[in-house]
Amino acid sequence: MALSPNFHSRRRTDVDPARVPPGQYVTSGFPVLSAGPTPKTPPADWTFTVRGAVDRPRTWTWDEFRNLPSETITVDIHCVTKWSKLDTSWTGVSLETLLGGTRTQAQHVLAFSDGGYTTNMPLADISDGRAWLVYAYDGAPLAPEHGGPVRLLVPHLYFWKSAKWVRGLELRNQDEPGFWERYGYHNYGDPWREQRYTGD
Amino acid sequence: MAGTAIHGRLKWQLGTVVELVEETPNTRSIALALCNWHGHRAGQHVDVRLTADDGYQAQRSYSIASAPEDRNVVLTVERLADGEVSPYLVDELRIGDQVEVRGPIGGYFVWEATCERPVLLVAGGSGVVPFRSMLRHHRAAGGAAPIRLLYSARSQSALIYRDELTRMSGYPEIDIRITLTREQPGGWDGYRGRIDRGFIDLVAWPPADRPLVYVCGPTAFVETAADALVTLGHAPDLIRTERFGGTGT
Ligand SMILES: Cc1cc2nc3c(=O)[nH]c(=O)nc-3n(C[C@H](O)[C@H](O)[C@H](O)COP(=O)(O)OP(=O)(O)OC[C@H]3O[C@@H](n4cnc5c(N)ncnc54)[C@H](O)[C@@H]3O)c2cc1C
Repeated sequence: MALSPNFHSRRRTDVDPARVPPGQYVTSGFPVLSAGPTPKTPPADWTFTVRGAVDRPRTWTWDEFRNLPSETITVDIHCVTKWSKLDTSWTGVSLETLLGGTRTQAQHVLAFSDGGYTTNMPLADISDGRAWLVYAYDGAPLAPEHGGPVRLLVPHLYFWKSAKWVRGLELRNQDEPGFWERYGYHNYGDPWREQRYTGD
Repeated sequence: MAGTAIHGRLKWQLGTVVELVEETPNTRSIALALCNWHGHRAGQHVDVRLTADDGYQAQRSYSIASAPEDRNVVLTVERLADGEVSPYLVDELRIGDQVEVRGPIGGYFVWEATCERPVLLVAGGSGVVPFRSMLRHHRAAGGAAPIRLLYSARSQSALIYRDELTRMSGYPEIDIRITLTREQPGGWDGYRGRIDRGFIDLVAWPPADRPLVYVCGPTAFVETAADALVTLGHAPDLIRTERFGGTGT
């Protein structure tokens, strides 16, 4: 381990270290990570589809989606580019609600988005009340650069799993790596085990 | 141009500082000798980890400024006055010091000299760093692709790699267009003002040429430039972006 004698922490002292995963630092800003330009889909053109290894595919329009019961949740988020943001407030629909009516044997999910972005995760990680489809941040409609009109929110995994501009979920019998997962990022991405890159 | 997955674990290794170059008053290039380095692709980055005396560690990402063909891995870091890591790298690090590094990371924001499609590089400030790797790689590998770099800096003294870019622009395949946004020296006959739709329309290849586009810099810069490119008709799937951060509040 190299010691950097003149390096001094400027970490915030008002933060409980137990809430910050290894290698992360807390920011009050809201940085943006995306691989390409920001798509701008108006809500009227937005739909959400659950398809793949399911008894029947389902699609919700914006209005149908907004009529589902929604909740406001406050969670900590952790981006693989090292920043964490605590107590972020989101409003959306639990994926339990959206997946509730679907019968499947699948164990994997590939989320897909406008702009061609995809990300994969175990179905179990998003079907037990730990994941949401969110349309508002801090009480205001979600800005396009942060994934609006609707993004996935899976706060217990690194934030690239919380796909921006999400348009649906493909349930799969076999795991299929998503966009960043194919480019060397970890397949699962647990921030508490610092699973940033393949092999971590 | 498919991405290469990283096989096995990327381990932290010690890099020894072998050269320091003052690029601008706020920016320094740091050449690192690494024992266990198996090469990189132009456009990739590394993670740097610092450890303070009390054991506290901080990590940040830095693009690789050197070409895959160069001997050392070079990083170019801009000092953010209120930053935690960058002031240390720009002001404190000395030759012979060691820092921990792991990489190379990223398989999408990369460019190979074997690709012959025209390339448009759009840089804001320190966003020019991965593009120097691409330009050097183009020269070292004898690439045939025409490359055009649009580079926006605050002032002439804030231009990173100024002399090298001037030399590079002497090659027929390389075309460099610089715009100074805040302050222009007397007699400046280059462009002024920010990179916006009008500027891109004026100096970039038309969308019909289907150039491969890379945009890099502070997040707000990348948002503006990428939006302008899409509005002008460039295909979103030909635009790759790297956002360095800094969205303020
Ligand atoms: C893939 C990638 C590659 C990068 N490559 C480079 C590179 O080649 N050269 C380089 O200098 N930096 C690069 N960066 C940015 C770098 O990782 C750090 O974010 C930067 O050095 C600031 O770190 P810090 O600890 O000094 O500041 P911090 O303590 O993290 O932040 C201090 C303040 O500055 C703001 N801020 C953070 N980043 C920026 C920014 N880029 N512009 C404006 N404000 C900002 C923060 O919001 C905060 O308010 C890269 C980032 C990424 C994600």
